[in-house]
Amino acid sequence: MTDTRTRTAPSSVPPSAPPTAPATTSKPPRRGLRGRLAGQGKLVVGLGIVIAIVLFAIVGPFFTQDPRDSDNAAMLPPQPGHWLGTTSLGYDVLAQLAEGARGSLMVGVVAGLLAIVLSLLFGVVAGYTRGIADEGLSLITNVMLVIPGLPLMIVVSSYLEVRSLFVVALILGATAWPGSAVILRLQARSLRKRDYVSAAKVSGERTPRILMVEILPNLLPILTAQFLFAVILAILGEAGLSYLGLGPNGSITWGTMLNEAQGGGALTRGAWWWFIPPGLMIALLGCALSLINFSIDEVIDPKLRSAPAAAKSVRKARRAGLDVTVHDDGAPVRSGTDAQKEAVRR
Amino acid sequence: MRFYARRIGFYALTLWIAVTLNFLLPRLLPGDPYTILLAKLQRNGDVSPAIQNTLRLLLGADEDTGLWEQYTTYLGNLLRGDLGISVTQFPTPVTDLIGGALPWTLGLVGTATVLSFVLGVGLGAWAGWRRGTWVDSIIPSTTLLQSLPYFWVALLFIFVFSVTLQWFPIIGAYDVFTFDGPEWSWAFVGSVLYHAFLPALTIVISSVGAWLLGMRNMMVATLSEDYITTAEAKGLSRRRIFSTYAVRNAAIPSVNGFGIALAFVVAGSLVTEQVFSYPGLGKLMIEAVRNNDYALMQGVFLMITLAVLAALFIMDLVHGLIDPRARHSD
Amino acid sequence: MTATTTAGPLSSAAHAEHVARLTPVLTAHDVSIEYEVDPPVRAVQGVSLTLHRGEILGLAGESGCGKSTLAYGLNRLLKDPAVLRSGEVTFHDADGTDTDVVALDGDALRAFRWDKVSMVFQGAMNSLNPVLSVRAQLEDVLTTHRPGLSRTERGERCAELLEMVGVDPVRLDSFAHELSGGMRQRVMIAMAMALEPQVMIMDEPTTALDVVVQRDILREIMRLRERFDFAVVFITHDLPLLLEIADRIAVMRSGEIVELDTAEQLYAAAQHEYTQTLLSSFPSLLGDFSYDDGEGAGR
Repeated sequence: MTDTRTRTAPSSVPPSAPPTAPATTSKPPRRGLRGRLAGQGKLVVGLGIVIAIVLFAIVGPFFTQDPRDSDNAAMLPPQPGHWLGTTSLGYDVLAQLAEGARGSLMVGVVAGLLAIVLSLLFGVVAGYTRGIADEGLSLITNVMLVIPGLPLMIVVSSYLEVRSLFVVALILGATAWPGSAVILRLQARSLRKRDYVSAAKVSGERTPRILMVEILPNLLPILTAQFLFAVILAILGEAGLSYLGLGPNGSITWGTMLNEAQGGGALTRGAWWWFIPPGLMIALLGCALSLINFSIDEVIDPKLRSAPAAAKSVRKARRAGLDVTVHDDGAPVRSGTDAQKEAVRR
Repeated sequence: MRFYARRIGFYALTLWIAVTLNFLLPRLLPGDPYTILLAKLQRNGDVSPAIQNTLRLLLGADEDTGLWEQYTTYLGNLLRGDLGISVTQFPTPVTDLIGGALPWTLGLVGTATVLSFVLGVGLGAWAGWRRGTWVDSIIPSTTLLQSLPYFWVALLFIFVFSVTLQWFPIIGAYDVFTFDGPEWSWAFVGSVLYHAFLPALTIVISSVGAWLLGMRNMMVATLSEDYITTAEAKGLSRRRIFSTYAVRNAAIPSVNGFGIALAFVVAGSLVTEQVFSYPGLGKLMIEAVRNNDYALMQGVFLMITLAVLAALFIMDLVHGLIDPRARHSD
Repeated sequence: MTATTTAGPLSSAAHAEHVARLTPVLTAHDVSIEYEVDPPVRAVQGVSLTLHRGEILGLAGESGCGKSTLAYGLNRLLKDPAVLRSGEVTFHDADGTDTDVVALDGDALRAFRWDKVSMVFQGAMNSLNPVLSVRAQLEDVLTTHRPGLSRTERGERCAELLEMVGVDPVRLDSFAHELSGGMRQRVMIAMAMALEPQVMIMDEPTTALDVVVQRDILREIMRLRERFDFAVVFITHDLPLLLEIADRIAVMRSGEIVELDTAEQLYAAAQHEYTQTLLSSFPSLLGDFSYDDGEGAGR
């Protein structure tokens, strides 16, 4: 937009005049940790929940009973000694929940990592290079994106008689990467055109180094968001697979708990303590990761935070009687474009 | 025009890859599905050599013919519409079973998806329009909805509404005690709708969040564009600015992203059908897996892929319709 | 911080004479606009300005001085977080009525917009709706403000508007991305002319275009103004340009107008040191410029 070419007539460059700061009215803003965290409620809540669940997974099994000990009475409702009751086969639900946390989280993280690595390869490399490599990689990505994920996972799982946690994680990761790859590719493509990349190229840096040093760090927020997204997907996916009986055999995850719950008649026998906790844990974890993703979204696209914040501050000002106009009700509450904002920021 | 031709070419390629995957997977993965299946079948009686041959071809246990020859035979069969014989519902051909299940899935999942999309985009547009107000604070709670596992929500619904409150039926697509099979009567349609309500609700609730969020974010971004300012300056009515200037632009990425979101809907519907024992493709596939009925499983996989591709193509058409830039780029 | 209405911008006697012969069309008195951020930023402080019928008033200054904010404020187009803290803006209609622009609201405001005061924005790159055809965007002005027109009349008017700005009416069915930068800006101007407004506010209309196209567009604007006699507020950082085309020029700095004079006076005898610095920073074609002159920092 500021494509000012040089003119033969007087140039359009403004002079180096004295500073033009419009007069401000109060002291500089608080920049401490508290000030920065003020608008980050979502991040705090999300992180808090995730940390709590991870702790539960790591430390919980040391404090609970043996999840594979079926010596207890069956179908007991929550009571002291069995805080979340027991299953139809006499397993302690709380113990299973803790063990299941380990299983589900492990699957989630491994799958998430695999998905990220693959999407980095197919996304960033494709987006940065051009020509055949880009076309080829993009084509593979798009095809894998379109082929329905869960059915494919079901097909693969059905051929494997023995499925460990790790194998299930592999399957999940191998089907989850295309979505992230597409997003990363778009980003890498736009970054490729940035000036600092051109500068690096001109000064002779080789492509792998440019990728590592210039491009990757700028992709970090999106990468993190995609990783978290992949983890949620993987945990949900594993839960789905396990529910269908195609999950890891021999391990306990939240998904396998749900599978056994329905098979053991939890619904019809009203054993809510059996099937509600695992699903709730999945939902909580998913929600927490989404909240974190939200905050990352707002970092990536500041308009998502600044626009509503700007609208809110104007409403506050109006309530304080600072606006001399009679404002339009329900008109789109617009925010200034970046150019205007820049102009304000001197 | 070239744009659409390219898309069709891409979908054809994808279908071919799906077919090839179907062919290669049993041969590449560890394990010997043929032996397992044969053992299972032989428990119920003799298996004729013809069936054994078909299965060998399907699962790659044939030592005599080469891989390429197997592949061409497989493709040939497919092109003739022969997807094999089902083992679980012997001797029904796979195509018949799929034909019977397809309408149910299209009806339930198709309608629920469309509903979810319209609802999500509509609510998202409204939420984006009203940013900076109380609406912003309920956005994070929609993420909670989104993270709920489909089938868990379904189980919850069944528990609350069917078992406890007994408002809705637990399973099935229609009342199997009253009706022998599908018939064209209002009573039947009513029964179908009654049985479809909870499954549809499950699908809608679990998938609406994604579209809502995406649309809301796009609306917020769109509303700070310059052409919105121009529209305001022109003195246009709020309604016109909302619909023709804001929504029409903000909705484009939602249409684009439909493909990615569709994958989730497919996954969720599959499991939902299983939970409600709804006689659609999803339940058919699960049954096939449980019984090692590989022919049926592969057939349903292809059918689902085809349905997804068709939906994507329709969305491509819609995209071309609403975004003039897409029509002109090739 | 109180508004400094007592001091006022530097001016000249010639200016006062010049102005006495004109009739005002838009009067702004003591306008203050603040950005409600933390801490709040006063973008425009106690600015008073009068625009007269048929004149070109240039609003000059560097980025961030508040000239765009002021213009948007005059037209009630302030975007969050900008708020009009105080001031009166009055529109003196040709038919004799006076409208209090600040008090307008809802439908009255929408009817006022574009009909009496229209705008041409910077960088038509993004100012046109990408999914609507040119025809649709021209027509919706007409359907909103002149509902009595028939379809044929609207079509004729749109073709007429494009011809006025030198664009082939066949372009009515094009979309924004199919037009060049210069053509898009012409379309914007055509759109601004649609209701034959009495005031046109132009915010850096030619900054994003190359030199040749700039010339064309400016010529077009001048021709249209001669024909239709609307007043123009021309906002730009390009002071020499204003010296060529404007009747009067207001120089803004830090939210205030520091000097307000006729173009001739400003060129011949600028009074404020800031204006002088601005003027001297643009090198002249005659070569009386050197890098170690110490006078300004032009390129």
